[in-house]
Amino acid sequence: MTKKHILSILVDNEPGVLSRIAGLFSGRGYNIESLCVAETAEPGESRITMVTAGDTLILEQIKKQLNKLINVIKVADMTDQDFVERELVLIKINAKAEHRAEILRIVDIFRAQVVDVSPEHYTISITGDADKITAIFSLLKPFGIREITRTGSIAMFREMKNKN
Amino acid sequence: MNRAGHAGDGYARATGKPGVCIVTSGPGATNMVTPLATAQMDSIPLVCLSGQVATKVIGNDAFQEADVTGITRPCTKWNYLVKDVKDLAKTIKEAFHIARSGRPGPVLIDLPKDVSIGKTVFKEPDDVVLRSYNPTYVPNRKQLQKVVDLIKKAEKPVIFIGGGVILSRAHKELTELARKTNIPVTGTLMGLGGYPAPDPLWLGMLGMHGTYRANMSVSECDLMIAVGVRFDDRVTGKTDEFATNAKIVQIDIDPTSIQKNIQVDLPVVGDCKISLEILNQMIDQEEDMDDFASRHPDWLKRIDEWKRTTPLAYDQKDVIKPQFVIEKLYELTKGDAIITTEVGQNQMWTAQYYHFSEPGRFISSGGLGTMGFGLPAAVGAQAAMPGKTVVDIAGDGSIQMNIQEMATAIQYHLPVKIVILNNGFLGMVRQWQQLFYDKCYSSTKFQHTPDFVKLAEAYGAVGLRATKPEEVEKVLKEGLACDRAVIMDFRVEPEECVYPMVPAGAPISKMLLV
Ligand SMILES: Cc1ncc(C[n+]2csc(CCOP(=O)(O)OP(=O)(O)O)c2C)c(N)n1
Ligand SMILES: [Mg+2]
Repeated sequence: MTKKHILSILVDNEPGVLSRIAGLFSGRGYNIESLCVAETAEPGESRITMVTAGDTLILEQIKKQLNKLINVIKVADMTDQDFVERELVLIKINAKAEHRAEILRIVDIFRAQVVDVSPEHYTISITGDADKITAIFSLLKPFGIREITRTGSIAMFREMKNKN
Repeated sequence: MNRAGHAGDGYARATGKPGVCIVTSGPGATNMVTPLATAQMDSIPLVCLSGQVATKVIGNDAFQEADVTGITRPCTKWNYLVKDVKDLAKTIKEAFHIARSGRPGPVLIDLPKDVSIGKTVFKEPDDVVLRSYNPTYVPNRKQLQKVVDLIKKAEKPVIFIGGGVILSRAHKELTELARKTNIPVTGTLMGLGGYPAPDPLWLGMLGMHGTYRANMSVSECDLMIAVGVRFDDRVTGKTDEFATNAKIVQIDIDPTSIQKNIQVDLPVVGDCKISLEILNQMIDQEEDMDDFASRHPDWLKRIDEWKRTTPLAYDQKDVIKPQFVIEKLYELTKGDAIITTEVGQNQMWTAQYYHFSEPGRFISSGGLGTMGFGLPAAVGAQAAMPGKTVVDIAGDGSIQMNIQEMATAIQYHLPVKIVILNNGFLGMVRQWQQLFYDKCYSSTKFQHTPDFVKLAEAYGAVGLRATKPEEVEKVLKEGLACDRAVIMDFRVEPEECVYPMVPAGAPISKMLLV
């Protein structure tokens, strides 16, 4: 059964790493739903957070194939574990005068922020996990969403879990 | 350029040591894609040095620039672009380490012009330590103990070997295991030479053109010990019906080879040679060891019957049969030649009728099936093994893909022997058209083929020809005795097919027989 997985991949920050990983996925027909890359606190190391999907066998292959790449240091599958997930999303929506109050209420409930305004629109910034993002999308949709930019998920294991 | 890669590959397969090739930038480097992909598919240690435009013009579409690390990324185990001559020594050391360790493979080093002519003080680099690359050589002993237990219980066991046994040179350990436990052995194309073929426990090759007894044994076995294989589709046929009655043990150094195509019951990650060595020791320590060597007589009898009733066979009448040429070659070389092949029927008949007893004797492009591989690989093997008889068994199609390599053979006095099984067709493709596409021979018949004898002579080599069965032995003897490169042109039965054959996607027990 196909299921969504969040992988946290620690890599040596060298030229070509991202291309190797992207190439592995396209070459073997695996899918990448989102991808987020940035340096860690350790010089020369980057962390890639990737959301992918597949059945158990495919996921096992994906993890093994990633581990096989020479400059992949560690692959962790966060799925079914206790972790914190966040994504930052910018949403540009239509904001006519008569809708502004309603939109602001939604923004408030979700602890989002309006970061840019024009007579006809709002740009809203929100962070949260996948469920929260989906929820705000569905509430804002009726107003007319003009554009969306998402960072893709980043995630981290919860500390409690590791201490057990 | 392309040929330099295959020659390095041939050198590596013959010796077990990494092969090296050097090519120029741009077109030289792009021509390496096929040899790199060939080596990658068969896990061959090959280090390729490619030229690149100077660092300061990289990215500017300079003359003969190509993004070579980008192009070769999917067909190398690893690759490098060296930007500073000070990094060169370390990079080269690392490249060789990666090429030959773990599951071996090709590594490319792209060398910009200014780096390759740059100067620096050589300092011996430290030993290579890559924290993210540490192949598992020594397997988990607990897993191996379970293998011993499975062997004890098995009534119809089979050992199934692949290229991993050849690459880790685990043939002695494997032979010891098979003999001590009386378990018959089959192999993939890449596994040929991992077990001595004349031995009664050898079943022949498995798969699409495997022997009847090998395919039946695997279909009926209750235990399969797979060593250094990756369960390629040419070997498994329909995976749902592959060895369905068997507990499957898989020993391999590469975890990605395990649970990829076939679900196995007992995975063992480790080097084939080391794993088999430990397994043998464990079996020796078993109390009830005595009866190991005389086990499952009924199973072996059944296999023997398959061999008797349905052996590999052909009928030599008045036109030369390609199988006959290979059998004669085996006889005349006493099985002691290094044989390379091209791709197609020539390759399959070689696998069936030349019997290999050691690693490094059968050199063939298995995974990629690269036509044009055989001749340059033979040149590389001959350069590595000057005293050996090296023969390229070729098709009339494949040989024309890299025929220019004759010039290299002559220039460097490499007396490679080329046996062309000249059937006037792209034979293997024709066979599929015959069997599965109503004999619709589309683009497979050669309307024109060069005169190979004259072609040989044009290169300064020797050209010989046999058109009748009674000439085969004479031509082979004369050719093998040549101290120069030689082409032997055998005019063989044009529409002979390779049998047995498992149609693509069918279970391997459903073979088309002659
Ligand atoms: C470079 C390349 N092109 C095409 C193929 C597909 N192919 C596989 S076997 C074959 C025919 C080979 O003909 P020949 O060399 O005459 O060998 P035969 O089968 O007749 O022995 C072809 C075209 C291939 N394997 N490699
Ligand atoms: Mg042919």
